[in-house]
Amino acid sequence: MAKTDPMIIVIEDDPSIRRFLRTSLSTHGFNVFDTDTGKQGIIELGVRKPDLLILDLGLPDMDGVDVIKAIRAWSAVPIIILSARNSEQQKIEALDIGADDYLTKPFGFGELLARIRVALRHSVRSQDHSQNDVFITENLRVDLINRVVSLDNQEIRLTPIQYRLLTMLVKNAGKVLTHQQILNEVWGPSFKENAHYLRIYMSQLRQKIEANPTQPKILLTESGVGYRLKV
Amino acid sequence: MNAERPDPDQLLARVERDQAKAKRGRLKIFFGAAAGVGKTFAMLLAARERRNENLDVMIGIVETHGRKETAALVEGLEILPPRKIDYKGTVLHEFDLDAALKRRPAIILVDELAHSNAPGCRHPKRWQDIHELLDAGIDVYTALNVQHLESLNDDIGQISGIRVWETVPDTVFEQADEVELVDLPPDELLLRLKEGKVYLPQQAKEAVNHFFRKGNLIALRELSLRQTANRVDAQMLDYREDNAIREVWQVSDRILVCIGANDLAERLVRAGKRLANSLHAEWIVAYVETPELERMPAIKRDGILRILRLAEQLGAETVTLSAPEMSEALIDFSRERNINKIVIGKPSRRGWRRWLMGSVVDVLISHAHNINIYLLGSPQLPDRNDLQSELSLFKKSPLPGLKQRIQSKTKKRYSGYFWATAVTVLSTAVDHLIFGHLELANLVMVYLLGVVFVATRFGRGPSVLASVLGVGFFDFLFVEPYYSFSVSHSQYLITLLAMLIVGIVVSNLMINVRSQAKVASHRERRAAALYSMSKELSSSQSEEDAVGIAVKHLHAEFSSPNVVLFPNNNDRIVFPNQPALAQSFRGADLSVAQWVFDHNEIAGQGTNTLPGSEAIYFPIHNEDKVLGVLALLPINLRRVFLPEQQKLLDTFLGQIGQAVARIRFSEQIRSTQMQMEAERLRNSLLSAISHDLRTPLATIIGSASAIAQDNGELNALDRLALGQGIVDEAERMANLVNNILDMARLEAGVLELNKQWYPLEEIIGTVLTTLQKQLSNRPIKVKLPKGIPMIWGDSVMIEQVLINLLENAVRYTPQGSELEIIAEIHPSSAEITVADHGQGIPKGQEQQLFEKFYQTRHETAQSGVGLGLAICRAIVEIHGGNIYARNRAEGGAEFVFSLPLEQAPPTVEPEE
Repeated sequence: MAKTDPMIIVIEDDPSIRRFLRTSLSTHGFNVFDTDTGKQGIIELGVRKPDLLILDLGLPDMDGVDVIKAIRAWSAVPIIILSARNSEQQKIEALDIGADDYLTKPFGFGELLARIRVALRHSVRSQDHSQNDVFITENLRVDLINRVVSLDNQEIRLTPIQYRLLTMLVKNAGKVLTHQQILNEVWGPSFKENAHYLRIYMSQLRQKIEANPTQPKILLTESGVGYRLKV
Repeated sequence: MNAERPDPDQLLARVERDQAKAKRGRLKIFFGAAAGVGKTFAMLLAARERRNENLDVMIGIVETHGRKETAALVEGLEILPPRKIDYKGTVLHEFDLDAALKRRPAIILVDELAHSNAPGCRHPKRWQDIHELLDAGIDVYTALNVQHLESLNDDIGQISGIRVWETVPDTVFEQADEVELVDLPPDELLLRLKEGKVYLPQQAKEAVNHFFRKGNLIALRELSLRQTANRVDAQMLDYREDNAIREVWQVSDRILVCIGANDLAERLVRAGKRLANSLHAEWIVAYVETPELERMPAIKRDGILRILRLAEQLGAETVTLSAPEMSEALIDFSRERNINKIVIGKPSRRGWRRWLMGSVVDVLISHAHNINIYLLGSPQLPDRNDLQSELSLFKKSPLPGLKQRIQSKTKKRYSGYFWATAVTVLSTAVDHLIFGHLELANLVMVYLLGVVFVATRFGRGPSVLASVLGVGFFDFLFVEPYYSFSVSHSQYLITLLAMLIVGIVVSNLMINVRSQAKVASHRERRAAALYSMSKELSSSQSEEDAVGIAVKHLHAEFSSPNVVLFPNNNDRIVFPNQPALAQSFRGADLSVAQWVFDHNEIAGQGTNTLPGSEAIYFPIHNEDKVLGVLALLPINLRRVFLPEQQKLLDTFLGQIGQAVARIRFSEQIRSTQMQMEAERLRNSLLSAISHDLRTPLATIIGSASAIAQDNGELNALDRLALGQGIVDEAERMANLVNNILDMARLEAGVLELNKQWYPLEEIIGTVLTTLQKQLSNRPIKVKLPKGIPMIWGDSVMIEQVLINLLENAVRYTPQGSELEIIAEIHPSSAEITVADHGQGIPKGQEQQLFEKFYQTRHETAQSGVGLGLAICRAIVEIHGGNIYARNRAEGGAEFVFSLPLEQAPPTVEPEE
């Protein structure tokens, strides 16, 4: 088992959080290395080739965003960032340049585990280059081959944009997607400034898919950052 | 007994005077009858003595005039290098005031107290330099000849036939701490003159020789001895005051000096000064502006301004009274001010005219019984030109606009004569029509009508012309013999005379009425100007506002661009930060303004300090504190320097000072209140933190230590329960800390709102997902308008508002009771309501709820810090909306907030 244990590198300057992550992740079957500076972290990453990186954005030696940039130049390792509250802009920036997910301090351990699992799954899938043809969550079923979306086995009709939007979320199920990323992918780069387009379409989509759009179960909003499809 | 005790007010004044004196330097004047008596010599001798006492003595400026004995005394004393001023090609050596102030010796010698400085110096007169030295606490030795004393100047001019135009106000002499008379018998002086030991300016040799006649010298010596004796007398009086020896306590006199626009005015002022001095009385110089005087040419009226200014310099209070009759105004004023002596010129009307029309003096004598009246005769004055040059103020007037005004007046007058002729011709034409049908007397009436008309419209001259012409025409055309000026019946002579008198009387009446109206309207305008400024000032909220209002009104009233300057934190006057108005004066001289600010005295054009600068600088003060400086560029001299206008300006300045002081004071109060509020908040915060942070901490530390020190006693279930407790309490703490941080961020005002369009559904969705745990056992009813209602704002913040409102509702309503979220979209706002079915809000607390650290119930287990609703209010308010709470008719409370929709919500084109 030890050989296949996924390896996680933690870059975090606060010793208590480091200790808590090391202890709790190890007991859940992860191989954990931690370091307190960005530079050391990047070196560790090159040497150990981990399966996942947990990165605190507020590091003493360099900006977390710069760490991501440096890593993304040569590695596709999933990155989960840890950030303080009220720093939506920083999170968005980190996500847009290639971080996979984020957690806001203080966070619960359960939440962290869920994010790690999603990130690892996506990374495995992108390595396989294989896509699940059919995606199912709650009562929603999306058949990507036949382009059929059904709710409780009832086919529902979506407009082309609604469909594109849904498939993008499905392909990144469980991962947070920023407004920019979605706008760029679904509408194209020229629509970057039109976040309200996305919101209106998301509302339309919710009204078609969610039983109660004000208490969404599938199409979740990440306040101030973007959207996430629940898995 | 009572009479024995000195008046406390006077004692106080005395103490204040002594204190001011102690801080000031001491002035010693070496006083002599004429040049050559040895003043400079005596002064230098005294200086050497002081130096031998090891005092820091230096020579500011001393003229030895090449005399050996004097030059020998100078040797060994430190000499201040003179300031070289290039004046029209010649280099003048002047006393360097700034260098002296910088050097600050204990005693400085400044010769020739009466000296006039070259243009370009700070003050026009040397005595003003000395004044500043004394203010700076430096002792000064100076020398003065009796003929230079302002009040004696006139008399000595008459005795000696030579007028000097360099004079020193008597107050300088009176306020000197020590006066040393340097006396030399006339014979010895003449001997010295013969020996060439007296310096005489080359250009005036002959005149000076005339001056040094023995008779003159004796008179001058007597005057100087008398002046010194007067001083001793005054000292004696002071001593008496001090020691309550007051059996000869005088009722204080008040002297009124009445001046007119004639040559006598200046002599009256000087005489008044002397009388006031000898009686130790207050004195007031009054000028009565009667309609008659108002018609005088501007140049004469400007002369009056000069005299009034001179009187002020001599220490008088000045007033300008405005009344139809001079005597009436003077009597009223005297009663009002308790005047018991009037100084006035001898009546100018003589003989039958005086008998017929009366004179001011006669009226005064017959009406003012308890007033002593002093009459001053007009003398044969030596040379008026000398006098003019002495009054150096307002040399520049008459003003550029004046000539034009006179011209236009003349034009009007000529047109009046034209109309007089025309009206007479018209009357003649009418008379021609009715001639033969009516009595001759009625024909006269037509002429009279014409004369009255001309008199009312064009004044005296034209009306006289109309009368004469009318009488001429009447006589020539309608009275037998026709076509001749001879009159057969003497009764027509009376007709002619009556017409003439009626014309003149009516025109005089009209003129009086008109000028009274003019005076009244001027007064009204001034009052209105003052009123409107003070009204605006009283409602001004900021200093910038007040200054803007002041500048506008000053410009409107005095037709002069102006600027209000304030000091920075280091008491240096600086240019204002706010942009200049159209009425602003640009290019004020900050160094002059600084001087004014430091000395609390007026400076600039027309004043004694830096008269060379183009603008006038007034201190703006409230009570004793100088707040700033007004710089005013007098475009219209009359509007600025007329006594009434000066008073108005004073009042304006007072108002501005008061307004600025009031604003500063209220700002101070506001900041104090803010500090108090901050203090209160800090206390609340401390108590909140001590309670609300400690409670969860107690649980966390307790539970965590139980786990940490577990030796196997705890089973898995216990551990789970402890862990859950830690998580719950930690979350509560996190919530609290977040609230405190949010509040701090909101209050710091550093937040940048990221406003966008959001579907309400999405916002509510996020909120309900976030609060999933707290709301797990609560039915939630959401009522939204149809379609995709959008709101405009910062989503994260608006979500925070909803989260806080819902948490609040959960906290204060029973478990399981329903919560409602209702939204309504109006054309320009969105209204969102969070309603519950709890007990509702205690009466009267609907507003207080939103205060920081406010809780309806204190220190309960479920309580927060009392920041939730305060945060809601802050967020809603920075969005430009409002929030309120109320009880619902069907029970429970509702919290409603509205957000403005700044534009129409966006739409997307449907694809289907």
